[in-house]
Amino acid sequence: MSLKKRIIPCLDIKDGRTVKGINFVGLRDAGDPVELAKQYAAQGADELCFLDITATIEKRDTLVPLVREIAAVLNIPFTVGGGINDVALAKEIIKAGADKIAINSAAVKRPELISELAAELGSQCVVVAVDTKEIEINDQEIPHQVRNKVFVAGGRVETELETISWCQEIERLGAGEILLTSMDHDGTKNGFALELTNTISRKLSIPIIASGGGGTSAHFEELFKDTEASAGLAASIFHFGELPVPELKKQLNAAGVAVRN
Amino acid sequence: MIAIVKYNAGNIGSVTNALNRLGIENKVTDDPAELKAADKVIFPGVGEAGTAMNYLRERGLDQVIRELKQPVLGICLGMQLMCSHSEEGDTACLGIFDTTVKKFPATAGMKVPHMGWNSLNTEVVDQQSSILQGLKPDADVYYVHSYYAEVCKNTVTACDYILPFSSVLQKDNFYATQFHPEKSAGIGEQILKNFIEIPA
Repeated sequence: MSLKKRIIPCLDIKDGRTVKGINFVGLRDAGDPVELAKQYAAQGADELCFLDITATIEKRDTLVPLVREIAAVLNIPFTVGGGINDVALAKEIIKAGADKIAINSAAVKRPELISELAAELGSQCVVVAVDTKEIEINDQEIPHQVRNKVFVAGGRVETELETISWCQEIERLGAGEILLTSMDHDGTKNGFALELTNTISRKLSIPIIASGGGGTSAHFEELFKDTEASAGLAASIFHFGELPVPELKKQLNAAGVAVRN
Repeated sequence: MIAIVKYNAGNIGSVTNALNRLGIENKVTDDPAELKAADKVIFPGVGEAGTAMNYLRERGLDQVIRELKQPVLGICLGMQLMCSHSEEGDTACLGIFDTTVKKFPATAGMKVPHMGWNSLNTEVVDQQSSILQGLKPDADVYYVHSYYAEVCKNTVTACDYILPFSSVLQKDNFYATQFHPEKSAGIGEQILKNFIEIPA
């Protein structure tokens, strides 16, 4: 028996409130994270993801109490990410009640952090988020080559890393899961990055959470039928009631995708 | 009063939160007298078997837990520590359940840890258990584990992932779940309520 495919609403948190960017710019306010969290759990979300995009260096004072507040009301697992760059802070967040922590830029900067977190917290607590974008490389011999490159700092900074090999490195270093966000698809509601998600999910043995582009139940259906992704993550379609979680699950069930009811 | 065993394992706070949401008085303690006096005891945990057993032995809690007479609920690592032996760190455990804990074998296309929502019971062994009252065998619960307890005579329900393993164990006053009821939404709350309501 295989695991149910997971539906994960993502809540971007800024200054204690939920926001969601369209292609990472133009933030809209979508409410109180604790209230939203309760609502999603009641609707049948399988897991929640909170990404703190507040631009503060000192996260302990704001994020840790918020995690504690969320943990008190939530009866499903949740992941917390955004600016976590050391083991001590990760431990505090887990201790406050999060089930997993997600790291992104800090892992690119210092990949050993993944191993340190896995050793300290267990692999199952360590999610590495990867923001990926297609870049056209105009080589003299092969023009218009498309490569998938890793971006950091909320998608603003391109790195040297190639997405597929970085994901393999993340697995080798001991992460428990990868949250793969296609920046090309994020905010478009035109469907997930199926080809890349499929390639990575087949190469790796750890679960892949696909993110970016999920706009309709058909997009989730093709994600789960055409790739080995374990979960689909989205934000605004859930926050603004465009595709309520119960409706999405009903559609997936009807389409023969095993989800939790 | 429900006592939650305090030891060097993670996620004890999640159990406290879950009981608080249900309005059930609880206390996290490693005091043998308090554990013995509690109406019920929950033995939770996420962590590594060897270091957890060492911690329990150093404080004499291994003997205390084994000798508890009231209903006891082990969760995840707590359940595995209630078995006789774990492959994780080649650890001798409490020996309450007559089974051993093994690591899931590497299997193509099957991810380990077994993490996420899966059925309580994919292979019906026995649905007769007071903590499962009112639940259907296909109810989904939340699992996170790389090791599993082999199916044995104490197995109440078995889930199948790579191979069949004990999802719920019971022997006398000892109950245990491999999954996390405290993270399993309404189904998990029902299981916790059922445990709380077992007559003393």
